[in-house]
Amino acid sequence: MQVPAARAAIVLWLGFLLACGMVISRSQFTTDLSAFFPRSPTPEQQLLLDQITDGLASRLILVGIEGADAPARAVLSKQMAQRLRADTAFVGVNNGEPVNTARDQAFLFNHRYLLSAAVIPDRFSVDGLHAALEDSIDLLSSSAGLLFKSLLPRDPTGEMVQLLNQFNSGSRPRMIDGAWASRDGARALLVMQTRTTGADIDGQQYAMAAIRMAFETAPGATPAARLVMTGPGVFSVTSRETIKNQVSRLFVLSFLLIAVLLLLVYRSFTVLALGFFPVITGVLAGITAVSLGFGAVHGITLGFGTALIGEAVDYSIYLFVQSGRSSQDRQLWIRQFWPTIRLGVMTSLCGFAALLLSGFPGLAQLGLYSMAGLLAAAIVTRFVLPQLLPENFRIRDVTGTGLVLSGLLRRAPALRRPAAMLLLVACAILFQHRDHLWNDRISSLSPVSPAAVELDSSLRADVGAPDVRYLVVVSGASRESVLRSAERVSAILQSQVDQGELAGFESPSRYLPSMATQRARLDSLPPPAELTARLAQAVQGLPVRAQLFAPFVDDVASVRDRSLLQAVDLEQTSMGMALDALLMQRDGRWSALMPLTAPKAAGINAGRIQRALNATDLTDILFVDMKAESDRLYSGYLREAIGLSLGGLAAIIGLLLLIFRSPMRVARIIAPLVAAVVTVTAGLAVFGQQLIILHLVGLLLVAAVGSNYALFFDREAGSTVPAISPGTLASMLFASLTTAAGFGLLAFSSVPILQAMGVTVAPGVILALVYAAIFARSSDA
Amino acid sequence: MRRLYAALALMLLTGTIHAAALNIDQLMQGLAQIRSGHAGFVEKKYIAMLDKPVESSGELLYSAPDRLEKRTIKPKPESMILDGGTLVIERGRQKHTLQLQDYPELAAVIDSIRGTLAGDRKALERSYRLVLEGGVEQWVLQLLPVDEKMQALIKRIRITGVRYDVRSIEINRTDGDSSLMVIDKLSAR
Repeated sequence: MQVPAARAAIVLWLGFLLACGMVISRSQFTTDLSAFFPRSPTPEQQLLLDQITDGLASRLILVGIEGADAPARAVLSKQMAQRLRADTAFVGVNNGEPVNTARDQAFLFNHRYLLSAAVIPDRFSVDGLHAALEDSIDLLSSSAGLLFKSLLPRDPTGEMVQLLNQFNSGSRPRMIDGAWASRDGARALLVMQTRTTGADIDGQQYAMAAIRMAFETAPGATPAARLVMTGPGVFSVTSRETIKNQVSRLFVLSFLLIAVLLLLVYRSFTVLALGFFPVITGVLAGITAVSLGFGAVHGITLGFGTALIGEAVDYSIYLFVQSGRSSQDRQLWIRQFWPTIRLGVMTSLCGFAALLLSGFPGLAQLGLYSMAGLLAAAIVTRFVLPQLLPENFRIRDVTGTGLVLSGLLRRAPALRRPAAMLLLVACAILFQHRDHLWNDRISSLSPVSPAAVELDSSLRADVGAPDVRYLVVVSGASRESVLRSAERVSAILQSQVDQGELAGFESPSRYLPSMATQRARLDSLPPPAELTARLAQAVQGLPVRAQLFAPFVDDVASVRDRSLLQAVDLEQTSMGMALDALLMQRDGRWSALMPLTAPKAAGINAGRIQRALNATDLTDILFVDMKAESDRLYSGYLREAIGLSLGGLAAIIGLLLLIFRSPMRVARIIAPLVAAVVTVTAGLAVFGQQLIILHLVGLLLVAAVGSNYALFFDREAGSTVPAISPGTLASMLFASLTTAAGFGLLAFSSVPILQAMGVTVAPGVILALVYAAIFARSSDA
Repeated sequence: MRRLYAALALMLLTGTIHAAALNIDQLMQGLAQIRSGHAGFVEKKYIAMLDKPVESSGELLYSAPDRLEKRTIKPKPESMILDGGTLVIERGRQKHTLQLQDYPELAAVIDSIRGTLAGDRKALERSYRLVLEGGVEQWVLQLLPVDEKMQALIKRIRITGVRYDVRSIEINRTDGDSSLMVIDKLSAR
């Protein structure tokens, strides 16, 4: 190669590195769940995603105080709550202390004629009043009657009782020493609602720090007490920490491990450094490509990238080990070996290109990262690295290793029978496990540890926090229109409750009825003179006198003169918090969330609810089963990933067919790869690992990387090309070892996605090499 | 003959001794021995606002130490189950679950009944001063609130009984209203 061209290559390379550096310095790195979200969601999926990122439950932090004794825990709970109620990071802090009760009850009582669904014109007719009074008197005879006795003169129609029934929130935690505690009494409980959404990880992290601070600096703090926290935001924060820690640790470890491996071979720091040039270029190119292509780089992609170091370093291994000392030797390498490596790169690219088509941005990012990274590493190895190698460049003589390997290779055909047996066994195992090979729960992708999940469900059960599974969502252009629709949906849902199909449901219109409904309720109230007259008739036959109800007549008169209830009137009450969670505005559109509660010991018949909702002329209502939706989402990904992987394999085969134009020869190259994939999958099944999407990506990687080895073993039938040289054999061993080392480290990760890839690829590439060697056309054939 | 007289005298003597010696601890021990029971009740509430008392009736089920069920049949079916600190009231389609601690005045009244049935002197004395009159065959236990807040609501609770059966519970409220629950024999099961 001419000197100016060589210089140009180096200059271009440096320029490229600089550009990558600039892009990366402005890149955004994420660790949230966005990688698992579809790129073009359906309305149901969008709803699911909105709920996950900033919905009803995403702002909840459940806190438990364990250890010490019950009184100490209750004191801590109260002190923490007092401090956190003053913190603007929290919208609500609840530990059972009656901080809102008086305000809530006053609010309900003052607005009872606007809020109560029982307020209709008939209720205030003579007959209606008579019936309502009769009920109220009956209630006095009831066990709880004395609670309502004092209300009778002001509220003889029992609207307050009606409202308390309407807002009956079901089970609440038990109280120990004046604060909420778990059922077994072993921990004190607090429920916080943060101001920021669950998707705002920094905000959630701040909230967590504030809680911890309040716990540690409380006057009643004791080393015997422990703080536990859970919630969607807490999960996001810990996931980010886990991914961050793991990715940086993996990066350092795999770098060191591969460096040590290579140093053993190269015995030269200069060569080692040179060998890492393509790797570093590949990593930078990968991050840059993902950043430009997706706008943000996910932490998982970076973690995966560290494993790819082991793969990208292969190219320089081939160059260093296979070529000789002088620049002529290098030219020879380029002529003799480069075409094979180039083909290997191309087959890998074909495999990864399939991932680009995934609707799962996480997979698409991995695909793009790998393609850009491998391509950059290969190009640098081919065009830049040879120019940088010093004259008289030498590494440790690996001929010895190569000769040993050649000897092994000659005897490898003897292993064909056992290998075939192993393959048969693997097939049998796969057949046996065919029904539970795949893990189809979306939670299998979550980096949250099982211990954390267990803590979450135990705290949730303690608190009685809602499991938001079934949701009806009503959307519209204005608050008023959404509230009106919500009222109509409420009527439908209420009839389902009456029929026993539902245990209950929530609706924002319960807390803030639409203006139209409020006006209709006001119109139901007769003027004072009329009401007095009707009361006089209504009390006939009842053991009460009409004069008793003068306060009632006054209250009704004053409500008629007052303005309608607005959202601001609910501020500072528990109902205001509920309204906030159920009614939201985004991008100029309003939506009302109406979570449904299933009857005890029975599920919700989704079809029936859907039909009931369809029977109206209401548009813009969506009924979603969140669990079914997320499982559908994930199984969709899984199906798609299976399709794409097969597509990737097909692309590799197609490419090889195009190049070699011999189906037999291509079959010989592909056979060891398929054998490796089958064996690894069977191995995973034997060890009880259920496959998730990332195992599949791992298998695709095994095929892509393994194709490089298979190509080296490949020779045309009756070819005059000399048998595979000891040097090449040695280089392949080193290459597969570095790849296995890079991915092997991932296998020890606690992030399931990375772990899945590690346990698949590391044994897979070794197996691919061994199978390729065993089934290679014998040199003496 | 002499022997018979002596035996009679002894019986009389022990009987009077027994009756006279009924103290709160003995009553409580006796009540505590009844592990479960079932009885009918009629309750009248005298409320100043109403021209005549409201009456309700139904049955009571008790099982030691802290489960009490009151099934009202008239005038409207209603069930009230008190289990530990939780009170569940079912009335028509409505079902309310209340934590007693949230309703101290209700809790005090309910606990007075449950505490008596359970023979739990400690629990009773947390809220009331106890005054016992009469003998085994006919006793009257008065519960007088000690707490000022309670005194503002309840003047006195008067429980009568025969042997270890509770026969009536009368609650006098500070505002002049009162209620009287008459219980037919709480049969042990």
